[in-house]
Amino acid sequence: MSLWIVLTVNSVTLGGLLFLLSTGFSLIFGLMRIPNLTHGSLFMLGGYFGASLFIWAGLNFWVAALAAALLIAAFGGLIERFLLRRLAGNELAQVLVTLGISLMVADLCLVVWTGDPISVATPSLFTGFAHIFGVAFPLYRLVIIAIAAVIAIALWMLLDRTRLGAMIRAGVDDRDMARVVGIHVSKLFTIVFCLGAGLAGFAGMIGSPILTVYPGIDSDMLPLALVVVILGGTGSLLGSLVGSLVVGALYNFGQAMFPELAYFVLFLPMVIILALRPQGLFGRHAP
Amino acid sequence: MKLRRRTVLKGLAGAGVAATLKAPYVRAQGASLKLGLICDKTGGLAEGGIQMEQGLTSFLKAKNYTIAGRKVDFIVADSASNPATAKTKAQELIERDQVDVINGPLAAFELLAITDYVAAHKTPMLSLAAAEDVTQRKPNPFLLRASATSSQAMHPLADYAAKEMKLKKVVAIADDFAFGYEQLGGFQQVFEGEGGRVVKKMYSPLVTADYTPYLAQIDEMAKSGAIEAVVQGFAAANPVKFMKQYHDAGLKLPVLGGETSGDDALLPHFGDEAIGLVSSSPYTADLKTKSNEDFLAAMKKYYNVAAGQYAAIMWLNGMVIEEAVKKLGGKTDNKEELIKALRAVSLTDTPRGPVKFDHFGNIIGDIFIRKCEKKDGKLVNPTVKTYRNVSQFWTFDEKKFLSQPVYSRDYPPLKT
Amino acid sequence: MSVHKIAIGLGILCLATLPWWVGNSYYINISSQILLYAIFALGVNILAGYGGLVSLGHAGLFGLSAYAAAILLDHGAGHLAAILGALAITLAGTAVFAGLSLRATGIGFVMITLAVGQVLWGLAYRWLSVTNGDNGVNVASRPAPFGIGLDDATPFYVTTLIVFLLTLVAVAIFVRSPFGASLAGTRDQPRRMEALGYHVWLIRFYACLFSGLLSGIAGLLFLYYNEFISPQAITLTASAEVLLMVISGGAGTLLGPIVGAGLLVVMKNVASAYIERWNFVLGAIFVAIVILMPDGLVPGTVRLTRRALQAMRGSRPDAAQPRLEEP
Repeated sequence: MSLWIVLTVNSVTLGGLLFLLSTGFSLIFGLMRIPNLTHGSLFMLGGYFGASLFIWAGLNFWVAALAAALLIAAFGGLIERFLLRRLAGNELAQVLVTLGISLMVADLCLVVWTGDPISVATPSLFTGFAHIFGVAFPLYRLVIIAIAAVIAIALWMLLDRTRLGAMIRAGVDDRDMARVVGIHVSKLFTIVFCLGAGLAGFAGMIGSPILTVYPGIDSDMLPLALVVVILGGTGSLLGSLVGSLVVGALYNFGQAMFPELAYFVLFLPMVIILALRPQGLFGRHAP
Repeated sequence: MKLRRRTVLKGLAGAGVAATLKAPYVRAQGASLKLGLICDKTGGLAEGGIQMEQGLTSFLKAKNYTIAGRKVDFIVADSASNPATAKTKAQELIERDQVDVINGPLAAFELLAITDYVAAHKTPMLSLAAAEDVTQRKPNPFLLRASATSSQAMHPLADYAAKEMKLKKVVAIADDFAFGYEQLGGFQQVFEGEGGRVVKKMYSPLVTADYTPYLAQIDEMAKSGAIEAVVQGFAAANPVKFMKQYHDAGLKLPVLGGETSGDDALLPHFGDEAIGLVSSSPYTADLKTKSNEDFLAAMKKYYNVAAGQYAAIMWLNGMVIEEAVKKLGGKTDNKEELIKALRAVSLTDTPRGPVKFDHFGNIIGDIFIRKCEKKDGKLVNPTVKTYRNVSQFWTFDEKKFLSQPVYSRDYPPLKT
Repeated sequence: MSVHKIAIGLGILCLATLPWWVGNSYYINISSQILLYAIFALGVNILAGYGGLVSLGHAGLFGLSAYAAAILLDHGAGHLAAILGALAITLAGTAVFAGLSLRATGIGFVMITLAVGQVLWGLAYRWLSVTNGDNGVNVASRPAPFGIGLDDATPFYVTTLIVFLLTLVAVAIFVRSPFGASLAGTRDQPRRMEALGYHVWLIRFYACLFSGLLSGIAGLLFLYYNEFISPQAITLTASAEVLLMVISGGAGTLLGPIVGAGLLVVMKNVASAYIERWNFVLGAIFVAIVILMPDGLVPGTVRLTRRALQAMRGSRPDAAQPRLEEP
């Protein structure tokens, strides 16, 4: 019985982490139609920067996470402003440049942080356990759910209640009309890309006590982000949320119940769902 | 219009190809000894590959690039954790650079991709890859392995678990690939032969972000008293991730690990969750031999890193090559003689103690059981027991061992 | 003799005589690799360049062909049977692949192909009884057509070159055919094509089959070149690499994928011997291509050469000449 409780709760915690990872990608793709294949690299860089600030500069864990987010947001801004902006509409070139950047980032990380993994200590406040239905659960994992919830609410309020959010939603719905109406779409794009990148970097640091940071985590996490975004539908916050939970559940229950099929547990359902509903569970138009 | 563009370019391409491919290289003149190294300097196995280069380079630097009176040309090739690239690099080393000996590769799938080719070109290969059958049922006559087969360090671990730790029931988990299967199979065979029982064998994908689905099952088994300990055989960066998640999940059962799980080079990257980890390895940093001290000093001097198994075995490779070339009076032209001399090497003072090789080219050496603890604020792996002269067949009769199937996901089968 | 015929002849002459002027057998082998990856890239280009369908799962088809042949050979089939069997299985597999993937276009297509590719990779990894998992399958020998053994670098290269040239001709014919034009039409104006009465889905499906066939041929060459196949050949990275070959060289052009294949193979295998941080350099090259020649190396180089020639001739650049882009 406790096995199922653990798996259920962990589906939500893994879902929370995936939400942090993928919501940036979903925003960027939803608004800018750019498949940001550097997303995994941004996640990894966030982890490396954050871990370095935390372990070697002695910063507080949360301060390090925020600092990492800001650094990665700035880096993302540079990428958008100087590389992606000139490629509007050229999907193939966007793929080329984002993969090229991820190659460069991965190699740089190998040089700076070597091939060894970095284990990040769980913040001391949350090293204990909470008891849910009689099962002990690591507190930090529950904290991740809380963080994901806070960010989800903050993003929703941004999108729904602010002018910036209205402009973003307008841009997602119809980019050209938004321009016609006077929305400064280029600046919007840079802001959204920074936001998406910052979220990825933040997720990299927040996730590091669980996932550690190691070379290759960029290509390990990127497919997960893609699965979440595609299943949930791009550009939809609710879609990211639901997609994350679905992937979290597939992962946990699938690996436990069908260990023989562990390699297929994510992609086989994805093929089936996409074959039946190509726009994903919550997407609005067929891509 | 298009046609002209295309074909002009085609002609240019031909010339361009010529210019690109005729890359200059210096073919060393005279009697220099050419050593090649294929390792993963990039890709998923970069951690181990980089250490391999560091180990062998340290050895050569300490010897001033001179072995048995001959100057050494050392060529390092990056296999990028990819078998096809490993093959190309093997071709580069053999056909273009005409090396006398190839060191590496690291991964089993890389070795399997090149073993036939290297054997056909009669080049001695000193590999670290743990794939069992290359020195058992499908032997490569030009192979020498100074590290261990996948199960070579697990057999003694199982003995230690049964006899010293008095364990009776364990659960075993490893990465879902050949190295994982072979390790757990080896552990299971010896453990159950001494009265123990492996209750369940679990395999997680090589890329597993979250071990919770497995940890939850381990927790259930622990709570119901079905198991007393956990045996793991994780490789690459996974040992660190697993131990952290194991500890964070509140699991308290003792953990025993194979040769990659507690490698001394990984120690600085673990947190306190590694304390108490019992690991079995062909190499241990606390071994007090002169050559181990030399090795550790050289690694510190040239690279300032914690040295582990991969670097140490590469250093050992250097010693073995030196000994063999000395015995041959410096002559390495006859490849059959060279591999014979390599396999005949027997040394007493090495970073891993006394070693010699069996007739398949696999090492017979000591295996060290260590238990991790914290000393002066740092994690260390002091040795708690040494098993002497362990071969790839443990105490089994060689013929009997070879007649059973190679350790795999389903062999040995679990006792129901 | 027209200039372009001389150029074609020169090009083929260079390639045909390569084993004799390139030096070491190692470089002959590299050239074989460039050619086989060029075939693979040409296949992916059919979809990505001419069809506007970006696939991140084509390594799955490449690997399916190689595995099929390797397993057939392992069970005692002769080389011809293994080759034909592998191609048949690959076509069948491509039909399923296309049937699933063509449910969407754009990012949806990318994602489904990625997912299907991952499923194929998972199969290669876990279906131990058939594929031997990550230990891969070894192949004992290369075929010997008409009694000529292909074990050495030169005969293998010549065979690969012949296959490559035939493939190039086939692709050229395809691209210039009415079917090729209609495929480009579905890329540029799918709704209009539909309105004009073209069966867009079917056109794309056939294009997928052709693309799969080319990937299968490349897969067979890969298998015989390495005499080994393992799941590493089917990873997402492998699919991304061939896509990068197409894009960096110039999608939608005939020569682009070939140049792209050359770039990647040389960087990965040859340059890596001299440049330790070759991954970084390769990434930087891609970024540079995007900045300087966003359409790819081939179209970019053509443009530059054109401008240089016109500057030399002293006439006004471009303005007076209609710029014909590749279809």
